[in-house]
Amino acid sequence: MSNTRQLDDKVMVEMRGVNKWYGQFHVLKDVNLKVRQGERIVICGPSGSGKSTTIRCINRLEEHQKGDIVVADTVLNNDLKNIETIRREVGMVFQHFNLFPHLTVLENCALAPIWVRKTPRAEAEEIAMKYLRRVRIEEQALKYPGQLSGGQQQRVAIARSLCMNPQVMLFDEPTSALDPEMIKEVLDVMIELAEEGMTMLCVTHEMGFAKTVADRVIFMDKGQIIEENEPEAFFNNPQSERTQAFLSQILNH
Amino acid sequence: MQNANKSPSSRVPEQKTRFWHDPAKRALAFQILLVLVVVGFVGMIVQNTLNNLESRGITTGFDFLSQQAGFGITQTLIEYTESSSYGTTFVVGLLNTILVSVLGIIVATALGFLMGVARLSNNWLVAKVASAFVEVFRNIPLLLQIFFWYFAVLQALPSPRKSIELLDTFYLNVRGFYMPQPVPQEGFGLVWLALVIALIVSYLVIRWNAKRQDETGQRFPAYWTASGLIVGLPLLAFLVSGAPLEWDHPVLKGFNFRGGMTILPELAALWVALSIYTAAFIAEIVRSGIEAVSKGQTEAASALGLSQGKVLRLVVIPQAVRVIIPPLTSQYLNLIKNSSLATAIGYPDLVSVFAGTTLNQTGQAIEVIFMTMLVYLTLSLLVSAFMNWFNSRMALVER
Repeated sequence: MSNTRQLDDKVMVEMRGVNKWYGQFHVLKDVNLKVRQGERIVICGPSGSGKSTTIRCINRLEEHQKGDIVVADTVLNNDLKNIETIRREVGMVFQHFNLFPHLTVLENCALAPIWVRKTPRAEAEEIAMKYLRRVRIEEQALKYPGQLSGGQQQRVAIARSLCMNPQVMLFDEPTSALDPEMIKEVLDVMIELAEEGMTMLCVTHEMGFAKTVADRVIFMDKGQIIEENEPEAFFNNPQSERTQAFLSQILNH
Repeated sequence: MQNANKSPSSRVPEQKTRFWHDPAKRALAFQILLVLVVVGFVGMIVQNTLNNLESRGITTGFDFLSQQAGFGITQTLIEYTESSSYGTTFVVGLLNTILVSVLGIIVATALGFLMGVARLSNNWLVAKVASAFVEVFRNIPLLLQIFFWYFAVLQALPSPRKSIELLDTFYLNVRGFYMPQPVPQEGFGLVWLALVIALIVSYLVIRWNAKRQDETGQRFPAYWTASGLIVGLPLLAFLVSGAPLEWDHPVLKGFNFRGGMTILPELAALWVALSIYTAAFIAEIVRSGIEAVSKGQTEAASALGLSQGKVLRLVVIPQAVRVIIPPLTSQYLNLIKNSSLATAIGYPDLVSVFAGTTLNQTGQAIEVIFMTMLVYLTLSLLVSAFMNWFNSRMALVER
């Protein structure tokens, strides 16, 4: 896949001068980020660098204290109405899947369409089956999450987000909790999603995925964006010392 | 092929195991020994008891239940006079025990859930008040709390002549809390009928709402509609039928009030103490139940765009309830059994009037204690059975 595609001019996510503190600790320092429709961003960096916090600010799982965030033309402020509007348009996949253990796979997927989009149940279940088929897990629809493997659970989690027909997908280390042999099945689904033109922000250490899929790779350290570039330039010719150090650690083990 | 399986064992020389080295045989020997000891012990006790009863001239059996009791009881839910039988005493005591248990369970559950949720509140003051409530009431012996409410609070109230009055209809004094008793007149049946209809209609409305959501995705506030129906319809029936209800007001006659309804201070003290003490434990159970649902669940549900209320209702509560129910059952059983502390302040519960007064008067210790124990066992098993049924309906099918 070519990384130099012609992108839409529409801006999907914009963060301007975003700052966040946990008490005294300054987690995010002046983060500026513009994501256009259909763009695929990979965010990497050492642990504690604020990369998860950055994408969790986009759907208000974390509250930022300074700066502006605009998602799909909606300003993210303390207005609950705006927050819920944004969350409807932004899907999120978590490191630990976070499927609802008391509901079947099908019910997990149909829950939000029924209660948020007010879709009739039969139709919601149809949508759910469509996306379960797309992540190749439709035969498990009536099982409970606890009966599935980690890779299967993560694919269900992706399907669950897609059922809301989001405009942006956030991935928070989606493969970090998986056994090595299950990483591929999840990455394959993510690559397919990227090929279909989904706008994606992905926090991950899977550098192979970044090379093949990303339009831009962002390196964060100590709450700041240190470097951002196209994958080829980023991996072959990193500018800052910290990026070089990070890449040498992560690529040569 | 079978020969191949057998051949290794045939090569090993036969060894005879002594029977006390064989775990199975040894276990059997111990079982037999234990049964002999138990049977012998029980037999000895029965023999001993029968001998003692005979030498004191006490007849065994349940004939005493039809004898005249000859003592009064301060609170009776059924017709009872001093000339009633001991059998009636038993029923009166049983009903009083059930009354205070049911009242206690209702208030303890409501207060416990409120305090448990409050303890998780983001509001500093609310959370601290709830923690203080839990830590104080769960760490003071129940008997002491009953004494506190009875002697320190309720016995400090004024005499009937100096009652605290409320709107000229409610009176609070050292003898209890007096209020008017509703006396249904002819035609009041219509109100009951309206209530039954309202309940049935509400049930159907809620069912229909769920079905409608399945089909069209739309919902309307069915629970508010139902609440309105349950209150409104009987009220309408009441007004249409010309308000067929009269009130029997309590009136001060001599040194005490006559007429109306009374909550005795003994009942009030026991009710309050049992409710608060158990609520403190229930609050902790509720808190731990909610905390047992991981933060990731709330995050995932919120990220899907569900509102806070729906996150609680569809994701958090269904998972928390499963953790809460089993220990909640234990608390209900504790409350029922703890209600026997009634004896200490003279509330006429089963232990007080039956295993107390009746036992003293008849001397039928074995029968009385046996019946009383059987009652508590039955009540507890019934509550357990109900809660197990409820739990199995809620149980996690997860794996």
